[in-house]
Amino acid sequence: MMTASRRRLLVLYVVVFTLLITLGGRLWYIQVMNGTSYVKLASQNQTRKIIVPAVRGQILDDVGNALVTNRTELVVSVDMMTLSQTSDGGTSVLKRLAPMLGLSYQLLAEKTRLCTATVKQPCWAGSPYQPIPVDQSVSEQTALQIMEEQSQFPGVTAQPQGVVTYPTPSGANPAQVLGYLLPATTEQLKQDHLPSGVGYSSADLVGQSGLEEQYNQALTGKTGSSTVSVNAAGDVTGTVGGTAAQSGDDLVTSLNSKIQVVAQNALNSAVKKARESGNDANQGAAVVMTTNGQVVAMASYPDYNPNVWTNGISQKEFDALFGQADGAPAINWTTQGQYAPGSTWKVTSTAAAVSDGYPLDGSYDCPASVTIGGHTYKNDGEPNQGAMSFSEALIQSCDTVYYNLGYEMWQSDDQKANVVTSAKAPVQKMQKEALAWGFGKATGIDLPAEATGTVPTREWLYYYWKDNAYAGQDWCKNGRADGSYVQQIEYQDCKSGNVWEPGQAAIAAIGQGYDLATPLQLTNAYVALANGGTLYQPRIGAALISPDGKVVQKITPPVAGHLPTSASFLAYVRNALAGVVTQGTAAGAFSGFPLNKVCVAGKTGTAQVMGKVATSVFASFAPCQDPKYVVVVMIPDAGYGADVSAPAARQIYDGIYGLEGQKAAVPGGQVPSALPSIASTGKITAPKGYSG
Amino acid sequence: MSGLGRVSVPQRSYGGPRPGAFKTRQRSVLTRFKSKESKLRHMDWLLIAAVLALCAIGVLLVWSATDPTLAQRGANTRTYLDKQAIFVVLGLIMMGLLSVVDHRHLRTYAPIVYGVALLGLLAVLTPLGATVNGAAGWIDLPGGFQIEPSEYAKIALILMTAMLFSELRGARDQSQGRSGPTLRDVGIVIACGLPLIGLVVIEPALGISMVLVVVLAGMILLSGIKMRWVVTLLVVAAVGVFGALSLHLVKGYQLTRFSSFLHPSNDAAGAGYNGIQAKIAIGSGGMFGQGLFHGQSVSGSYVPAQSTDFIFTVAGQELGFVGAVVIVGLLGVVVVRALRIATRADDLFGMLVATGIAIWFLFQSFVNIGMTIGIMPITGLPLPFISYGGSAIFADLIAVGLLLSIHHKHQVFE
Repeated sequence: MMTASRRRLLVLYVVVFTLLITLGGRLWYIQVMNGTSYVKLASQNQTRKIIVPAVRGQILDDVGNALVTNRTELVVSVDMMTLSQTSDGGTSVLKRLAPMLGLSYQLLAEKTRLCTATVKQPCWAGSPYQPIPVDQSVSEQTALQIMEEQSQFPGVTAQPQGVVTYPTPSGANPAQVLGYLLPATTEQLKQDHLPSGVGYSSADLVGQSGLEEQYNQALTGKTGSSTVSVNAAGDVTGTVGGTAAQSGDDLVTSLNSKIQVVAQNALNSAVKKARESGNDANQGAAVVMTTNGQVVAMASYPDYNPNVWTNGISQKEFDALFGQADGAPAINWTTQGQYAPGSTWKVTSTAAAVSDGYPLDGSYDCPASVTIGGHTYKNDGEPNQGAMSFSEALIQSCDTVYYNLGYEMWQSDDQKANVVTSAKAPVQKMQKEALAWGFGKATGIDLPAEATGTVPTREWLYYYWKDNAYAGQDWCKNGRADGSYVQQIEYQDCKSGNVWEPGQAAIAAIGQGYDLATPLQLTNAYVALANGGTLYQPRIGAALISPDGKVVQKITPPVAGHLPTSASFLAYVRNALAGVVTQGTAAGAFSGFPLNKVCVAGKTGTAQVMGKVATSVFASFAPCQDPKYVVVVMIPDAGYGADVSAPAARQIYDGIYGLEGQKAAVPGGQVPSALPSIASTGKITAPKGYSG
Repeated sequence: MSGLGRVSVPQRSYGGPRPGAFKTRQRSVLTRFKSKESKLRHMDWLLIAAVLALCAIGVLLVWSATDPTLAQRGANTRTYLDKQAIFVVLGLIMMGLLSVVDHRHLRTYAPIVYGVALLGLLAVLTPLGATVNGAAGWIDLPGGFQIEPSEYAKIALILMTAMLFSELRGARDQSQGRSGPTLRDVGIVIACGLPLIGLVVIEPALGISMVLVVVLAGMILLSGIKMRWVVTLLVVAAVGVFGALSLHLVKGYQLTRFSSFLHPSNDAAGAGYNGIQAKIAIGSGGMFGQGLFHGQSVSGSYVPAQSTDFIFTVAGQELGFVGAVVIVGLLGVVVVRALRIATRADDLFGMLVATGIAIWFLFQSFVNIGMTIGIMPITGLPLPFISYGGSAIFADLIAVGLLLSIHHKHQVFE
């Protein structure tokens, strides 16, 4: 019976022996034939390479006060890779954690989600494999509670870490200049100087703006590694070897905290004053530079508290930092604000005219108005002032002198080039001079994202027309020959926006129309004017000093070029600008100022901007005869240069030199020429004669 | 052909058995006292020795596998050793009791065993059930013990299937005189097996449900079903597997396990991790192993579930090729003895039960060891007799008890 069954039982015996032989053979292959290679793998298994983050370098002012430094804090981080493996994806852990950190669960959940194209701040911009810091400073008690109840908080750690702090010495807060740190983005992790792959920890913040971005590599130092033996749970059981982390270099800047505070206060009160007189001013810039190209103070209004970045930033905070409604406090308006320079531009127009053959000692008519190309241009409502010298024209800031110069130089220029629709059309005579003074291109300062400003060359005009005729502002679609004022302009721009017209040339001569300059460009041009013609690439960084106190690199502003003018011409202009303060447009603003102690020279600018109140500008230097500093204040939407910006500049000089009841920010009005020294212990000593 | 009645009622006219007719079976020299122990003498001692050896190795390996983790936690390092030892002792007692029971009584109880197993499997789906590693396969008992009904489902399935085949055929043998089960018989068997399998799939315990399917299929094959139906069933099974995949009846992590089995390096830190770590652990054992309690990967707990599903990695690393082959060999002895018992069984029920158990041990051992050496996908199956776990050990030893019972009966009436 059951013959079929018995036959099949025999087959089963065969199957059994086949499978047993398979197992035995495979075991022989793995254990005996390849045993040694698996032994090697097994011991590699036991070790892990851990990246040891380097202590980030500090950013110091010129006497060694820390503007950015690190403080050790107990940082709570959440490893979402671990949390996601819990049954509810970590929700209950976060819900337990949130009240301990004094956060709502909602905010904590938002802080730990990953940023994507659609998920915006608050979110985690770093790698999903790295622990996400959710609180940069918890009490020791909270930290202990978290670490002792690991079953309640899987994947949550509380460990001491260096946290960036901003000590704001004397109240100096150049937040936009310093920039901020955020965890490395995926793109940044790909860059060669950042260690790649797993293990790049939450402490590894990368400068995302300002000096932190510019000097990121030096400030970051070299991350070390540590090879530790671990078990599968990731518990470290010992250290096998590794290389120590190398702390980042400290960046000494030429910023002087006390002068920075003076500039901040002056700018703040100027904006406040403009607003009090009913203007909308909501941004502005004040720059103090030495005449050899070093930035001493750089204030951008409005400022903000940089600590907002350290604990993870909320969407609301982020919007406030970059929103135009609040004046975009995160933007450094000194390098990114592009404003019409107004009459401060007349210095380059004068230089252009003299280069074009106009006699420096000639006399030029200053009528109440001039008519160019069928349009009448007034001298700001002033009556006919007759003929005057260039000096007088600068002192009185006569617009009609420069309208005429602009028009005449347009007439004597290559007129055929005006109608050539090409990017290669030659630069006009007047605009060539502006370019030579450093306008229309980045100054090359050691800050990222610098704006270029605008010098309306024929090339620029061509691209401007090309970008807006049928695209961008779409002049040809929106323009109407018989429409509103704006529509008529658009109609004209569509027809001839690429043509350099006499009216445009006239307006450009007084620093309006298409002319745009950043406060830094204007400062830099006046530095060249003040120092006799050397155009620098401005520098904020003064030196990089290694943690053991050695000067790794001394930073001096490189020479970018020389003004195409004679030294005597520049001396003539400087004299004229001294006259502006004593008897010209800024005389009122400087009335009562002790010019006998510190002679200040400057030029006011009041740039008319369509649809807005004028941009208030004052570009100045002091002392008149051997200039040491250039001070520029630019505040859009604020009114006359003489009313808003010139008083702010006066306030800055008061602070630097200790005039009019102020205490001198630096002894004798001199910023230190030597660097602060840093001992290997980390102790910083101010240069001799200065205190920290 | 079998039946106590026919043998024990000699007819006067026949003259009865000659004196000493049973003497050879008593091995002549045994006294009456010793003949009372004949039940012990007729045990399959080779099977018992192999099972005892496997259980002993298992207890040692469980101890070695759990010692470092418990030591790290500062707990009693013998916690699992003690528990596993108790499980084995209790299991051996059950085995011993079953071995002397006439297996045909079991045939009567098969529906009850089946019903209890069904209820148990249903209970784990209720709030009584506990979830371990994502599968709701356990019922919590007071005193910290847990029952895993799916382990007993194997026994229930084997008994029920064997009972059905023998009953259905027995009924027909008398009326029609046909041999071999009909397609209808197979249908009834499958219909009775499906609820068990289905409930185990729902838990989900993919490994055990695979064992159930293979055991059921094997028993159907061995029942004497016609070859063309075998082919038809294979086609149906293939269509079923394809359908399950395309209808996404298989859960995501199960697919991941299967695909990571094919390409383990693609997912070295995820599902492929287990497989790679298991291979590393076993491979690094070499010829003679790193010594009990001295396995590198074991002390670092690199291999997951190393006291349960992956216990063979501990054997591989600490006992080496020699130890691993001894375990494989002992398991082989158990399976071969089970097949021998099936071959010599004197009724269809006994033959099918023994065959089912042989297939169970064979398949489960092969899949479990195979997954640790990278020739089978990773599924949650314990290694018979060796992996830590009360329910599994009990089920294994109960099955051995059934084998001994079938063997014993056969021996007595040979």
